[in-house]
Amino acid sequence: MSAMPGIVAINTFREAVRDRVLYNLIFFALLMIGAAVFVGQISIGIERLVIVNLGVSAISLIGLVMAIFIGVGLVYKEIEKRTLYSLLAKPIRRWQFLVGKYAGLLLTLLVNTALMTVGLAGALYYVGRPFVRADVSILIAIYFILLELALVTALALFFSCFSSPMLSTLFTLGIYITGTFANDIRSFGDFTKNRAIQAMTRVIYYMLPNFHNFNAIAMAGHGEAVPFALVLQNTLYTGLYAALLLVAASAIFSHRNLK
Amino acid sequence: MAPPAIEIDGLTKDYPVGFWRKRMRRSLDHLSLRVEEGEVFGFLGPNGAGKTTTLKLLMNLIFPTEGTARIRGKSIEDVQMHREIGYLPEQPYFYDYLTGRELLDYYAQFFGYDRADRRNRVAKLLELVGLTGAANVQLRKYSKGMLQRVGIAQAILNDPNVVFLDEPMSGLDPVGRREVRDVILDLKQRGCTVFFSTHILSDAEMLCDRVAVLVEGKLQGVGAPKEIVSFEVQGMEIMFEVDGTPVLAGLIDRSRKTGSRYQLEVPEAELFHALDQLRDANARVFSVMPIRPTLEDYFMRLVQRKKDKAPPPAVEVATR
Repeated sequence: MSAMPGIVAINTFREAVRDRVLYNLIFFALLMIGAAVFVGQISIGIERLVIVNLGVSAISLIGLVMAIFIGVGLVYKEIEKRTLYSLLAKPIRRWQFLVGKYAGLLLTLLVNTALMTVGLAGALYYVGRPFVRADVSILIAIYFILLELALVTALALFFSCFSSPMLSTLFTLGIYITGTFANDIRSFGDFTKNRAIQAMTRVIYYMLPNFHNFNAIAMAGHGEAVPFALVLQNTLYTGLYAALLLVAASAIFSHRNLK
Repeated sequence: MAPPAIEIDGLTKDYPVGFWRKRMRRSLDHLSLRVEEGEVFGFLGPNGAGKTTTLKLLMNLIFPTEGTARIRGKSIEDVQMHREIGYLPEQPYFYDYLTGRELLDYYAQFFGYDRADRRNRVAKLLELVGLTGAANVQLRKYSKGMLQRVGIAQAILNDPNVVFLDEPMSGLDPVGRREVRDVILDLKQRGCTVFFSTHILSDAEMLCDRVAVLVEGKLQGVGAPKEIVSFEVQGMEIMFEVDGTPVLAGLIDRSRKTGSRYQLEVPEAELFHALDQLRDANARVFSVMPIRPTLEDYFMRLVQRKKDKAPPPAVEVATR
């Protein structure tokens, strides 16, 4: 692969930084400081659980908001503002531009998540709990959040190649929510004993991204070990699904007239 | 033999219109053109004529319904072709969170220049377009004219062989227009082919080796400005001042008055008779100028003829 996507990715990251996207970190820092001080006073023995649950959930929610709202505008904004015209007159292919935009947003999410993780560690340290080996599960839970964000970003980018930000947001959010309950939807189908419903729920289960397996917050809260097989499965699943979405997005975007 | 700089063969573009997008509206109709290496070529036409559509097709930003085009022998679909060209879009808009210097450096990276080369190129270009002082200012603080200049700089940062400029004088003050004209002439001196669309006909007349006129998506004529318009004198214009005298009533009735001066147009054969009359009336003559048709006259005649022939502004070509 050439260096073209990398050039676009660095610029996308720079755009996010200059558009003050990382200001959400201030909110997260205040939340962690408040939680550490408050939880330390009202709870005895469950500080870790509360701080981890609150911190990891906040990391997930903030990342999700960023992935969807920035992701749906990644391509649309470039077309609307016509910044894409002079860019595509340079020797860069459309798929390289798309991959670059995707990688740029992932880099932004990675930096943002890494800084929030440092904040969470600071809050845990403040409540006076020494770090133990079981805390690796917190890092794995955060890694799963990153995988989830990579998938959500790919979805948002895919939709932004052919629809408006409003519709792309609705589609991405809709698929995310459905994907979070993918296992429940399949169980519901099996429970009905109706073949048509069973077929439909199975199609949904296999077609839509399954976000259910990415939730390891409870395991992290209780310091339970996350099976290595799950880590491997989620990593491969995200890589494959995101790659498919990027290929589909590139195919659509490469044939799109930029009016 | 070297291929032409630009070779357009039957390029056509239809856009779907209407709620169901089933009707097609033809924006460009079988355009065929050849532009030779080193030419400055003006692409003229009123708004909606298809000039920007043509440029977008050549840049592969939109795809043709029919026809093909090659730039320096390479298909417009070949991304490597973009190494040899530069493009300034109409009313350009760039990443406003970047400074002028950062924007040019960003674009230069796509051509694979190393850091030192990029730094030199960017500095030279900023100086060329008069933006050295604003090099470190974010583009969101640039005026329209400054954006146009940075746009021209990004279009020529790779020393292109062919430069496409969509309305390059748009939004510029007289000084800015003069600078752009100088840039185009400088590119021509370096052997670069310049293809630019404009509706400022005096610029086209001054700069272009050849022009093409496009009206409602159809090519109306191609040639040197001198070939396109007749340079025969069509009459004479006399500017004079006179204190009210009944002797000149006939001439004054045919004149336009601006301030205290009169502007009179007479056929060439009547010039000396009119001047005799003015001398007899003690009028002060300031200038006597031949009247020649301009590119603008030609252009307006074409547009008017087209309007008279075809009342609807766009031609619907097919239904699906």
